[in-house]
Amino acid sequence: MTYDVHTKVQPVVTGDALPEARPELTTKSQYMSGAEILLRSLEAEGVKVVFGYPGGAVIKVYDEMHRIKPRFEHILVRHEQGGTHAAEGYAKATGKVGTVLVTSGPGATNTVTGIADAYMDSVPIVVFTGQVPTGLIGNDAFQECDAIGVTRSITKHSYLVRDVSDLARTVKEAYHIARTGRPGPVLVDLPKDVLLAEAPFLYPETVNMRGYAVPGEGRPEKLQRAAQMIAESERPLFYVGGGAVNSDSSELLTDIARYTGIPVTTTLHGLGAFPEEDPLALRMLGMHGTWWANQAIQHCDLIIAVGARFDDRVTGKLDSWAPHAKVIHIEIDQSCISKNVFADCAILGDVRSVLEQLQPMVGPKDTTKWLKQIDVWRQECPLQYEQDGKLRAQGVIEQLRDKTGGDAIVITDVGQHQMWTAQYFRFLYARTHITSGGLGTMGFGMPAAMGAALGMREIGSSRPVVCISGDGGFVMNAQEMSVAAAHKLPLKLAVINNRFLGMVRQWQELFHKERYSHTDLSDTNPDFVKLAEAHHCVGLSAKTPEEAQQIIDEAWKVTDRPVLMEFQVAKEEMVFPMVPAGAATGEMITDRITPNSFV
Amino acid sequence: MADTLVLTPQQIIRKKAAGEPIQPDDSAMTRRHMIVVLVENSIGAFIRVVNMFSARGFNIDSITVGPTEDPNVSRMNIATAGNSRIISQILRQLSRLVDTIEVTDLTTTDFVERELCLLKVCYTKDSRSEILDVSNVFRGKVVDITKKTMTFELRGPSQKIDAFIDMMLSHNVVEVARSGRVVMQRDA
Repeated sequence: MTYDVHTKVQPVVTGDALPEARPELTTKSQYMSGAEILLRSLEAEGVKVVFGYPGGAVIKVYDEMHRIKPRFEHILVRHEQGGTHAAEGYAKATGKVGTVLVTSGPGATNTVTGIADAYMDSVPIVVFTGQVPTGLIGNDAFQECDAIGVTRSITKHSYLVRDVSDLARTVKEAYHIARTGRPGPVLVDLPKDVLLAEAPFLYPETVNMRGYAVPGEGRPEKLQRAAQMIAESERPLFYVGGGAVNSDSSELLTDIARYTGIPVTTTLHGLGAFPEEDPLALRMLGMHGTWWANQAIQHCDLIIAVGARFDDRVTGKLDSWAPHAKVIHIEIDQSCISKNVFADCAILGDVRSVLEQLQPMVGPKDTTKWLKQIDVWRQECPLQYEQDGKLRAQGVIEQLRDKTGGDAIVITDVGQHQMWTAQYFRFLYARTHITSGGLGTMGFGMPAAMGAALGMREIGSSRPVVCISGDGGFVMNAQEMSVAAAHKLPLKLAVINNRFLGMVRQWQELFHKERYSHTDLSDTNPDFVKLAEAHHCVGLSAKTPEEAQQIIDEAWKVTDRPVLMEFQVAKEEMVFPMVPAGAATGEMITDRITPNSFV
Repeated sequence: MADTLVLTPQQIIRKKAAGEPIQPDDSAMTRRHMIVVLVENSIGAFIRVVNMFSARGFNIDSITVGPTEDPNVSRMNIATAGNSRIISQILRQLSRLVDTIEVTDLTTTDFVERELCLLKVCYTKDSRSEILDVSNVFRGKVVDITKKTMTFELRGPSQKIDAFIDMMLSHNVVEVARSGRVVMQRDA
């Protein structure tokens, strides 16, 4: 039997090509169903965890899963959105590609938020959606939805598999695209008849896509220019984004910064790429960044942007941002270069490769004067909150920091707690801070923490996984708690409960004359302790700093299931400092007393 | 075409700081650009290209698509307008799509441009000869004629077709169909 491949990939595949190939897979002539081909392809791709939810269109896949018992774990989530966020958490914690398998129609649409989130935050996931049989596509059939059409502008790429003989190649390409370059979500739509049809299985070794090039090293002349700009600068600054984490450049970057003496500020997704306890660390910049990081941006004469995209939450008002700075931009995605901020020297390439090239070209710089100036700003407006013996979110985050010593994977949801975590946790390692930054998806935290914990278990890491959420966001995907409980994941779920949509409340107080329209959750919040217990988790609650310490200690003793720690804090607390949306980075509100003139 | 100022905010600040006058420079003008994109020959690839324009708020003046000498490759000719920053964003966004094989901006090069137009016009005894005269000037060809209407075929650069339609509009034009622009670079 000869294997009829598409024209693109040369199928030089033998049994040896498959990692730990099973004997039955080495027979070229073996026919199997599309469903089994899918499962075997995932095995060959090295997938260890699949987050899924069955349904009519993918029932054959679940049937084959029951029969052949593939070498990966299938996690039955309770909502497809949770599954997609879990895949994101898994991908961000491990650096591997997350996998989601759902049915057609509502199964597919429920993944949309997670896909959009992964697209904004460059998270590599592959989402397999069931589809009605090819003959019924376009017929408004039961549970039909044009998943490709719906997700076109929020995926890096997508496929509709029309022929079972294309399936293995498509899976291979999907994972390749998701993983390489600037990572992102890929959707593969699988009509039911394709899953039922039979074909011989051979997993291709290589991909061949002529339109898809992955940037590697930077152009030497650009690097030369960058090295010269660094040498000539007096007040240089590294501005580090998620690209440094995605390319595993954290150590390299740390070496370069320490060797040259150039200070480092990170974006929300860059947190952890440079140890925040280093004297050169300026912590986070932007809307809720530190005063001194933002002052440094406004006064520096050179920005070395590393895998960052000059997002509006970072720059604020563009025409007054970094007025004195020239910009070197090291970036893998060409469309990010000079999109918001003009790059004087743009180096297109893989961040890690470019930094490796750059390392021998730069030397130690005398930045003492510059660092001294930054220290003045540091003293001027330190991160602080009122110490009056009341339980405060910032205090809880510092207690969690002390408990873990910073050696934990911290997942946050979206809102005030997210910004406080970024400000007060002091991250030390790459891939230990996971959050929904670009899309700002409430409900991201809990399922993402579950995914991260499964990833840690897979690689045998003992790092605790801590999820910090607000009371609003936690409820949005709280159903996944029982999944985490079923898999005995020792998650530490901190719910900062201020009985309000705190960040919206903050804006209402600051910019909308204290009209608290529909942000009070006190009537609709569940009893969080009971909620945890109903999901087979441990539930604890604290009202004072002392109680908080007690329940944290207690929570760390639980090792066989998730623990929810509710921290009841005051609703009035606000995140400071703050650059109001659209304002100049220099104009930060540093506390409540600052005149309310930004409406 | 608006000659708007499109220096980046940063460039403006720098110019101000250096005391340089801020004037719209040549590269800041909105210009028409002709972009040729080679994509995988699939409907999905075509839609992704078009979708990119709509999702990111770029405009398309004209778009044509058809197969090439390689049956797996389609060629799209896209006419768009924008200042140099917008055009470079368009080119970069197009290049990063997985299905695009090659993206070329022909605007600065010497290229041949053709468009096809079919135009149907009602005629009377009185207007008939004048209509034919206009058509002759533009080297149009009558491809269909009835007792009431004539249909012309006209090929050429888009501007020529614009002018032809403009002339014909003083008569009773009932239908116009244009193919959109097709372009090819001239060899030196």
